[in-house]
Formats: sequence, C-alpha cells, structure tokens
Amino acid sequence: MNDTPPNSFRTGPDERGRFGIFGGRFVSETLMPLILALEAEYEKAKTDPAFWAEMDDLWTHYVGRPSPLYFAERLTEHLGGAKIYLKRDELNHTGAHKINNVLGQILLARRMGKTRIIAETGAGQHGVATATVCARFGLECIVFMGATDVERQKPNVFRMKLLGAKVVPVTAGRATLKDAMNEALRDWVTNVENTFYCIGTVAGPHPYPAMVRDFQSIIGKETRAQMMEREGRLPDTLVACIGGGSNAMGLFHPFLDDPDVRIIGVEAGGHGVDERMEHAASLTGGRPGVLHGNRTYLLQDADGQILEGHSISAGLDYPGIGPEHSWLHDMGRVEYVSVTDDEALEAFQLSCRTEGIIPALEPSHALAHVAKLAPTLPPDNLLVMNMCGRGDKDIFTVAEAIGAKL
Amino acid sequence: MSRIEAKFASLKAEGKAAFVSFIMAGDPDYETSLEIVKGLPAAGVDVIELGMPFTDPMADGPAIQLAGQRALGAGTTLRRVLDMVGAFRAGDQTTPIILMGYYNPIYSMGVDAFLAAAKEAGVDGLIVVDLPPEEDEELCLPANRAGLHFIRLATPTTDDRRLPAVARNTSGFVYYVSITGITGAASANAACVAPEVERVRAATGLPVCVGFGIKTPEAAAAIARVADGVVVGSAIVERIGQGARPGEVLDFVRSLADGAHGA
Repeated sequence: MNDTPPNSFRTGPDERGRFGIFGGRFVSETLMPLILALEAEYEKAKTDPAFWAEMDDLWTHYVGRPSPLYFAERLTEHLGGAKIYLKRDELNHTGAHKINNVLGQILLARRMGKTRIIAETGAGQHGVATATVCARFGLECIVFMGATDVERQKPNVFRMKLLGAKVVPVTAGRATLKDAMNEALRDWVTNVENTFYCIGTVAGPHPYPAMVRDFQSIIGKETRAQMMEREGRLPDTLVACIGGGSNAMGLFHPFLDDPDVRIIGVEAGGHGVDERMEHAASLTGGRPGVLHGNRTYLLQDADGQILEGHSISAGLDYPGIGPEHSWLHDMGRVEYVSVTDDEALEAFQLSCRTEGIIPALEPSHALAHVAKLAPTLPPDNLLVMNMCGRGDKDIFTVAEAIGAKL
Repeated sequence: MSRIEAKFASLKAEGKAAFVSFIMAGDPDYETSLEIVKGLPAAGVDVIELGMPFTDPMADGPAIQLAGQRALGAGTTLRRVLDMVGAFRAGDQTTPIILMGYYNPIYSMGVDAFLAAAKEAGVDGLIVVDLPPEEDEELCLPANRAGLHFIRLATPTTDDRRLPAVARNTSGFVYYVSITGITGAASANAACVAPEVERVRAATGLPVCVGFGIKTPEAAAAIARVADGVVVGSAIVERIGQGARPGEVLDFVRSLADGAHGA
C-alpha cells in the first residue's frame, strides 16, 4: 500500500468520499438523501465568495481570528532544543478550535433552510461552540451528551443551558461520546425535515470529514503565513493532539505536500497502549472497521464489537478517528504516537508554570510529546504545536488527579 | 427458486400477506433464543429475521438496543449467530432466515469468510442497515454472487429519483420503513403507507414488507391489507426483555401472525 506515494496528499476524498479505503458513506437509507443534499450544498458554498466572505467576517469579529502564533520562549529554554511556537487557538471565542467548524456548518444550515441544529459532545467544547453559534443566529439547538460526561463536565453543561441549548443526557450503551453520537444519529433519522446535524470532528459520513477539515484548515493556513512572516520560512515540525482529529487536520492539511515538514499526531494513551485497551489510541492500538458512517481505525474486539476508549481527557475519549488520519497513517505521511494520562498531566502543569497558559487536557497530550521530542532537535528546528483549547474546563479533573483540594 | 421467493409465491397463491418476525440472536441467551426461533414457524411466522447484535445500533430504538446488549452480555458472537441458524436449519428446510444488523462485525470477520459461513449455515438473505446502495461493492454484490439475497430498506426519504438505485442489486423483497425514525418508535399508519407501498412495488417489481412501529395484532392486520408482508420486531423483543418464557413469547407472536394472516 505504501509503495506508490500519490502526487499530492491533499486531493482526497474521491467522489465516493474515500481516502484510500477509508471514509465512505455507511449510513442508513433514511439519512442517505440528506447526506447527498448536504454534499451538494457544500460543493456550491465552497466556491461561493459570499459564503467565505461571511465566514471571514465572523472569524475576524466574532471568533477573534487570526489566532496568534506565539514564540514560547521559556518553554523553549526549559526543554533545551527546538524553537517552540504555540498556535493559540485556545484564545478563540468559546476557548477552543471547535467554533471554526461550527460557524461553517451553521452558515450551511441557514442556506439549506434548516431551523433545528443537533450536535454530539464529549467534553462539551463542541456543544458549547454549537450552542453559542445557534444563539448568535437564533436557531434551536439540541446537544446530545453521554450521561457520564454530563456528570463530569458540569460547567460546560451549564454554559450550554445559559446559551439556550437543550442538553439531552444519553443513558444508552455506556453513556459517553460514542453513545451521544449514536443518539444524535437517531434523532436525525427521526427529524429529517428541519434538522441539521453539526458534527464536531473530521469523522462521520462523507462529506463531513472533508467539510470539517476545510473549515478547520484556517489554523494551518494562518500558521503558514505567520511563520513566513516571523521566520521567513516554513516550520520544520508540527505537533497536535488527536481524538477525532479536527484540530490536527486543520493544522496539518495545508502542509501535507511540503515534504520537509515533519508532522506528528498525538493520540491519548490513557493508562498505556496495551492489551488492557484502557486508552483511546485508535491508530496505535486499533484496526480498520466501520462506525458512525465511515471506515477508519477503531478500538474493537475480535468480533468487531466497539470498545469504549479511556482517556483523562473527555475530548479525546472516542474509539475512532477521522478517516483521513487513517489514510495518512497508512501512507506514512504523518507519524502518530501516543502519550499517557500521567504524561499529559505533567505537561499541563509545565505549561501553567513556564508560559502562564492553562491548557486543556487535549493539547496537554500534544505538549507531553513536544517535551519528549524538542530536546532531541537542534535549536534551529521550528516546531509548531497547536494549543487547541484552554483548560478552565479541566481544573476539577486535574485537581482530582493530582490530589489537590479545591 | 430461493426459499424467500418460494415463500412469497405460495403466500400470494393463498392471497395472504407474509408475517415477518424479528428477534435478536442470543437474547437473553443462546439456548432460550434458539428455542424461540425453532418455535416461530409453528406460531405462524413466514420469514424469520434474526438480529446480529452490535454495540452501536444507530438505527434502533431502546428495545432492540437493550436486546443487543443482553445478547452480547451472554457472549453472543457472529459465529454463534451462524451456529444458531445451522441448528434451526437442521430441523426446517423451508422457512427463510434473514440476518439483520450492522456491517462492522461482518467486515471484522471478513466478507468472504462470512458469506461462505452464512451460506453453509442456511442463511437466505441479509439486511445490513448501514450499507446504502452507494456502498454496494462492500457486501451487496459479493452476497449476490454467493447466492444470498441482499434486502434493501426503502424509507419515506427515498424519493422517486433514488428508487432505481434502491431497486438495483436487490432481490427477495423490499423492506419499507414506514416512518422516519428508529425501530419501535412512532406508530405506522396504514392509510399513509398504502401509496408508498404501491410506489416501491412499481419501481422494484418485488414484494414489499412494511416494518417499524407495528406493535399489535390489529396494526399488523391493517398493514397486511395494503402490503405484501408485515414485520414486527420491537414489540416481540420487549417481551423477551421483560423475562417472558419462550411459550409466552410464541403465543404473542401467534396473535400477531393471526392478525397479519386474517386480513
């Protein structure tokens, strides 16, 4: 499979929504016409300057883009190696990269005349972003969230409610992100006429993986321009964390055809990637399967039953990964590694102390890998890590994990 | 002529609609489930749909989700589902069995290995919810080559433009999903369903069975008047979930079958 690299890594998906064998449209017949309609609408919008003008305006004045590319001087000194830059997507409105994509999908929903927006959420960041943009445009918003996550992410649940969204706790299955996504699909199949499903990551049936990637690619496009301006050349190394993989794909995609740029995705290794399967590292610890509308690497047992992931970060706690990552993994264009809960917790504290930035637990995984990698690289190696979310939501989890009393 | 085609031909000659029942294989355990399956033909079931349990049944309501969890909890695997079909087939050569479920367990076993084992066990057809016509190369075409019917779902959102795609590569019968929604949800309305059945029958030339939201003998009778067959699943599975003994489950199935056949 790896013998003949393509001329470009940026042309996918094909007309069937495939990245190699990954991706596709594995949905029930009821949803198929809706997905085709969405694809048609997105194809139109993609080349419509008015659509992108509206996006740019909202990105600039509502989200606060471009997010800074920040030279992390003390972190660089502390680690003693590569020159580390942080792409500050945690400074976006709502505190994470999620809103980049939500804005695009809600503008599409408006173009399609849909009045009711549904979304799934794990940690609550995508739910908060969706509730926010729905409030901004006066749309009904229903967020499905595993009952377990509702319990452990109370501040975000309250935020969504303040923003006027209805939060539906999902008790089916094992009551986490995967089950929330099942329940959102069940709602969509029931309310096909007026409902738009706003997926939070680069997964799901075609066209979602490509569409979400395109909306998140603003991260990589800005990084390219900002690095050219700061250093007069492209970065040498990119690092981002991966649950479903939307912040990583957003940073990586504009650089895929620059062979000198080394690209690394960091999965959540939980308690360690081994036969206990107490992790959420689909690429390092899973195998290809079909779930939630696409073929991709999945955590599953020998009989093809889906396993529950584990990660200290609720946002990475998903047994699958976007199909384009699966393809980039098999093609060898992107390196995928994993770090454990404990390593992420250490990195979380390192960022607080050296840079005065409280990171979300998700990018703390990326930082944990940077902490291992940077010391092995020369000082002229320009490394960009995507700081994709801020950590206010995680302080309770971290306090519990390090044994602190609030 | 396949078992499915023979069954629909003989029912047509008798002027009857088919009664199709769904239960989840291995729910609540292998032995109980096999006992129920073996009793279905005598209870009036014309076509048996046997569920292959999956952890993430995205098109199913709570009743069938829970049935799948019970089956998985009892250690049901796809191999055991095929064992069950083989055990049934040893004593019944005429009642068609259709396996219904989701693609990943099949993909995990390997499509060719699965089809060979299914054919060997005596399976007649497949309904795989998350494989629309756009993904026919995955399983539908190989199944057809292996001599298994690939039965398609048609839904209220399947408009006239899509019907030819739905009709392509399918055989046996078409399963018309009477509502937009999940299994066991809202009630199906016979008056609304009738013209849809006509539309699907005209486009495919196949018998049309109607399912989703049919829960009582009366509802089964009403649908049987306008369709070639009636499918009941959640209402039966709910009784198994409540701990009903096989005899009680089969009594309920008989009342549904009588409703469907008496029309």
